[in-house]
Amino acid sequence: MSPALMRVLRVVVLLSAVRGAPLATVTLPPVILEPVPLEPVAPVPVPSEPVRVDSGADQNISIPINTEQQQQQQQQVSLDVDVMLTGELNPNHYPARRAAQVVLHHLNTRYGSPYWWGALRQVHKATAEALGDSGRKYSLEVTLQDQISGTKETCTAEVVFPGGPAGGPPQVTTSYEGKSEINTQAQEEALYNQYNTSQNLLSGHNLPDSYGHVAPGMEPFWHLGGVASSFVMLKESSENTLYNMAQVVSVTQLATENNQLRFNYDVLLHEMVSQEIIHWKLLASWSPQEGVKASQMELLPKCHHCEPPQEH
Amino acid sequence: MGVCVCVCVCVCVCVCVCVLMCVCVNGCVCVCVCACVRACVRVFTRHQVLRISAKDELQLSALRDLEALDHLQLDIWIGVRDVSTPVDIRVPAFSLSTVKSHLDYYEIQYSIMIRDLQVALDEEAEEMDAATRDVEPRNTDAFDYSRYHTIEEIYNFQDMLVSENPNLVSKIVIGRSYEGRPINVLKFSTGGTSRPAIWLDTGIHSREWVTQASGTWFAKNIVDTYGKDQVLTAILDKMDIFLEIVTNPDGFAYTHSKNRMWRKTRKPNPGSSCVGVDPNRNWDAGFGGAGASSSPCSETYRGPSANSESEVKAIVDFVKSHGNMKAFVSIHAYSQMLLFPYGFTKSPARDHGELNELAKKAITNLASLYGTRYRYGSIINTIYQASGGTIDWTYDQGIKYSYTFELRDTGRYGFILPANQILPTAKETWLALMTIMDHSSRNSY
Repeated sequence: MSPALMRVLRVVVLLSAVRGAPLATVTLPPVILEPVPLEPVAPVPVPSEPVRVDSGADQNISIPINTEQQQQQQQQVSLDVDVMLTGELNPNHYPARRAAQVVLHHLNTRYGSPYWWGALRQVHKATAEALGDSGRKYSLEVTLQDQISGTKETCTAEVVFPGGPAGGPPQVTTSYEGKSEINTQAQEEALYNQYNTSQNLLSGHNLPDSYGHVAPGMEPFWHLGGVASSFVMLKESSENTLYNMAQVVSVTQLATENNQLRFNYDVLLHEMVSQEIIHWKLLASWSPQEGVKASQMELLPKCHHCEPPQEH
Repeated sequence: MGVCVCVCVCVCVCVCVCVLMCVCVNGCVCVCVCACVRACVRVFTRHQVLRISAKDELQLSALRDLEALDHLQLDIWIGVRDVSTPVDIRVPAFSLSTVKSHLDYYEIQYSIMIRDLQVALDEEAEEMDAATRDVEPRNTDAFDYSRYHTIEEIYNFQDMLVSENPNLVSKIVIGRSYEGRPINVLKFSTGGTSRPAIWLDTGIHSREWVTQASGTWFAKNIVDTYGKDQVLTAILDKMDIFLEIVTNPDGFAYTHSKNRMWRKTRKPNPGSSCVGVDPNRNWDAGFGGAGASSSPCSETYRGPSANSESEVKAIVDFVKSHGNMKAFVSIHAYSQMLLFPYGFTKSPARDHGELNELAKKAITNLASLYGTRYRYGSIINTIYQASGGTIDWTYDQGIKYSYTFELRDTGRYGFILPANQILPTAKETWLALMTIMDHSSRNSY
């Protein structure tokens, strides 16, 4: 063939597939919901009503003010701070905050879902009273916030920590009437239908992982773990504890039963006062109609010799 | 050989642009090479990926109809099979309302798996670039402050910072951890001898990763803003700043290798299978009293005696021999609080009023950046009784401006705060630190 006739056009086409195998094996970053900052994004002016100032004098505990007594106090190594405050409490101090956290755990057991996960935002007012043998009662006004949408709402609540050796979980009543503004029903039903299947049962672990990352599509199950953990945290709470869920170690879906999606959860709870990380197992069931229920809650002993499989 | 004219055609089905190379070889045989180069044209902006669940044959049939509409340019990821398998479809922005109307009309459930595919792809590309960038940064400008690092990476950073800024920064090894790791403190100084000084430490509780990450940023920020920020420059012209970033090196290494939730040191306890002492209960302030545990298995184990931990003793010895510390700030996470002494007793500190007012000012400045709300007050009122704590000891040594921070967040992520919150946390915290440092600098005692 003459060179002049040899005009061969060779086109090497590199096709970079956008779908299928390559993306399926790579974790896409979470972009499912519009990111909603928990705190307002715009800088806020200093509030005209001042942040509650610690006036330095607890209203209900007498404070020695002369140096001699201060020295005495400092030598008094086993100071008993179990004297429980009554009357008006400083809403920014820990007694009010611990009681308010209990309110949030209670609300999560009632209203939580994969798309609604409440958190304490602020305590406005708090009082405590002794009920004799029946325990102690806190009356609170709090603002709670849905950690997913950022919606805030204020309500009043009462928390009774039972007295006596039997103890028992705190009893909570609130004026909260349910999530009014955010309608999560469509998302809940879509999620329910997506996972109401006997094939491809969901499983996941380390939500979030060591770096605070939750894979897209797993976020609702992180939220669900937090809500289900509230059942445990509610029943374990006292005036001497403050619980948060630290991490979902694992979640494994079981077959749907009675129209409830069901998941075995393995969670780590963080108890602030003791600073302990406490391992619980539980069975969470959920449907948009019935909400979240937790059962088969089991405390796993702290294993000092073995290390949990912390994948990064 | 004559003159060749090549014509090339490239087709890229990707987020790329084609780079054409035409070479004339062997007298007019054209060879065209297409290379798809990334980071060019955005193609999938506002495309959404929908996961669709059909519940019966009617809905399945409606979905198949949808797929057949070529002009919608739907990209089927997982196709229509049966009612139990979800269908994933990438929908271009211009087809979204049509598709969603169609789904709503047939009451077909769907969820939005990816709200903007381009954003997701860009983020993934960024992550993949970052992964290949896991080679060590060559200087502190190349260091990624918005990611979490290992102890080796932070120690390398410290050395780089010193070598880049020999006139401002030096490194002092104040001791060794139980497992023999060096305990490093960066000294920021513009000269003088034994100037009044400010101490900052992060990471005394190893699982509080946002603190070491913030400390790293603080170090770089000091170097970057000295000479530019009036307030910082004034402070450094009078005072030295000491910064210990990895205050619990063994614990920190352990959070990377074995247990992300490890808090204490890694010293074994004789007669017990439990390891470690809480370094923030090991100081000689109310040691042995309520507010710490005597059990080695506890997260608040105070240790066999005050300063039994080399990590704590190193700081104690350093502070005592320095003798001129004026402010001491120990940084923890989480809870969003600014705390001052005491933790071991309800007796208010002698300077309670001033410390309280300064705390209020500091957290107001902190909030000015992103609106992050902090509470403040004495340790024992605001969070819990704690004995043997760092700032109770430093305060009783005469270091008036003794503060503890609890950084973000308030429990949603807790200790495992996402990396994208490192920089906002560090920046807002810096405003509070500057408030405290500025006040100490102007109020010598």
